[in-house]
Amino acid sequence: MNSTKNKAAIVGIAITDFSKDCQRTELYMACRCIKAALDDAGLRPEDVDGLVKQTNDATDEHAVTSSMGMGNLTYFGECRWGAAPSAMIMRAAMGVAAGVANYIVVYRAVNGSSRRRMIPSMRASGQMSTSDSLQWTFHAPFGHLSDAGQVAMIVRRYMHEFGLNNDQFGWVPIVCREHGARNPNGMFYEKPITFKDYLKSKMVIEPLRRMDYYEEADAAAALVVTTTERAKDLRQRPAYVLSAAQDMLAETEELTSYYRPLISGIPEMGKVGSRIFAMAGVAPKDINCVQLDDSYGPFVPMQLEELGFCDRGEGVAFCNKGDRIKMGGELPLNTSGGSLGEGYIHGMNHVVEAVRQIRGTSTAQVKDADLVLVASGAGGPASGLILGGSR
Amino acid sequence: MSMQYDTEHPVPMPPILWDNMGFWEGIKRHELVFQKCKECGIWLHPPRPVCPNCRSFEKEWVPSTGKGTIYSWVTYLESPHPSFKAPYSVVLVELDEGVRLVSNMVDTKPEEISIGMPVELVFDDITEGLTLPKFRKVG
Repeated sequence: MNSTKNKAAIVGIAITDFSKDCQRTELYMACRCIKAALDDAGLRPEDVDGLVKQTNDATDEHAVTSSMGMGNLTYFGECRWGAAPSAMIMRAAMGVAAGVANYIVVYRAVNGSSRRRMIPSMRASGQMSTSDSLQWTFHAPFGHLSDAGQVAMIVRRYMHEFGLNNDQFGWVPIVCREHGARNPNGMFYEKPITFKDYLKSKMVIEPLRRMDYYEEADAAAALVVTTTERAKDLRQRPAYVLSAAQDMLAETEELTSYYRPLISGIPEMGKVGSRIFAMAGVAPKDINCVQLDDSYGPFVPMQLEELGFCDRGEGVAFCNKGDRIKMGGELPLNTSGGSLGEGYIHGMNHVVEAVRQIRGTSTAQVKDADLVLVASGAGGPASGLILGGSR
Repeated sequence: MSMQYDTEHPVPMPPILWDNMGFWEGIKRHELVFQKCKECGIWLHPPRPVCPNCRSFEKEWVPSTGKGTIYSWVTYLESPHPSFKAPYSVVLVELDEGVRLVSNMVDTKPEEISIGMPVELVFDDITEGLTLPKFRKVG
């Protein structure tokens, strides 16, 4: 299955700053970012003929198109859930590879902090689709209404099966904050944390502490995707999409896959990993750094296991003390800070950072980074991709 | 300790649709029932329009013994909704029939809960219109 192998490249990137209240609409944020990403690539809005957005994004394609004075769009579509970011790049790569469009903008604008996402109220009020209703009917009346709580159920079982305690999850947020502390654009610039800070972090939904999950932010990101051929004529060094994949299984629910035989893993991510490594023709040991889904810190060790960076049950040991996953280690993690150390825009910043690593422009640059893996959507449908500096 | 509700705020009602109606009708008459496939006989939860094992659309609602063990659990120290008073625990119970159900504990403190702990079904009549299947420790 080589459908997305080396057909496309990311040629433009932009990201706004992360704030608690940007005082702007999401449409404004999206347009600012798309314009900046096109400038970065050396393209004009009228060159754009494709758009890929995230389903929950508050901006519609037509509003973006008419605001920006884009060309004739011949391709537009959406990707859902936390699994969207890598999948959106995959969809754009498919679009240019098939010749349906030439220059596709992938964007995400979310005022997640100032315009509270509606999840708890929406779930509580029962205004949802049939399939969401069938999922929530067994959670909402029991007070199982928060995404962190739903994840905590999986985390508790993971701890039980591998003899872990929740203090051991501290190293992922500590490393993400350490990397985020180097990123002036993020919410935690020059604000690293220690293990002591982690232990003091408020227990919100046991076994998860506040520092175990994302920081809501107002921010937007945009990326421009075109074919590998067209990429050569543009302004930046292309980040080649060596492979991209998404995965969903019969038992997959968004964050509450509680009803399958084993719940202490993320099998969807395992499937994504096998495919993106095979398609790119590389192995975990070849990867220079990773941008993993750290919406919930304890899912990082589980992703390391599923993606083959360590054995099953060894993810927490891999992250212990942070030495292997921080700058200078064998596999630096979330070098812009990720959802824990930069801000939460549902993983789109992870893709932008992967491109920066390939270009050599990160604030935590891994020397000679040539292969970067991105994973999106831990704990539900999953996607991932491998970017390369050469084809 | 049991789940405490703030009656000033309505408890989120379970969305009831054609596909899961049998479950909630059972609960209303104080009976825990699960879907069972009439063709291949597997227990199904959450309910589905079709059996994912044999793709039969013929199912029946069959009573559970209500006995099981704790498969996993969490404790909300902050409440995501004003009707639920924190702290409270949410448990994932594995019933003897093999299906798992999200629920709450009654007469049990969070620190008493552990994985593998045997539990049994009780019905909690929360309001006139809402009964929920809950669990307490055995013995």
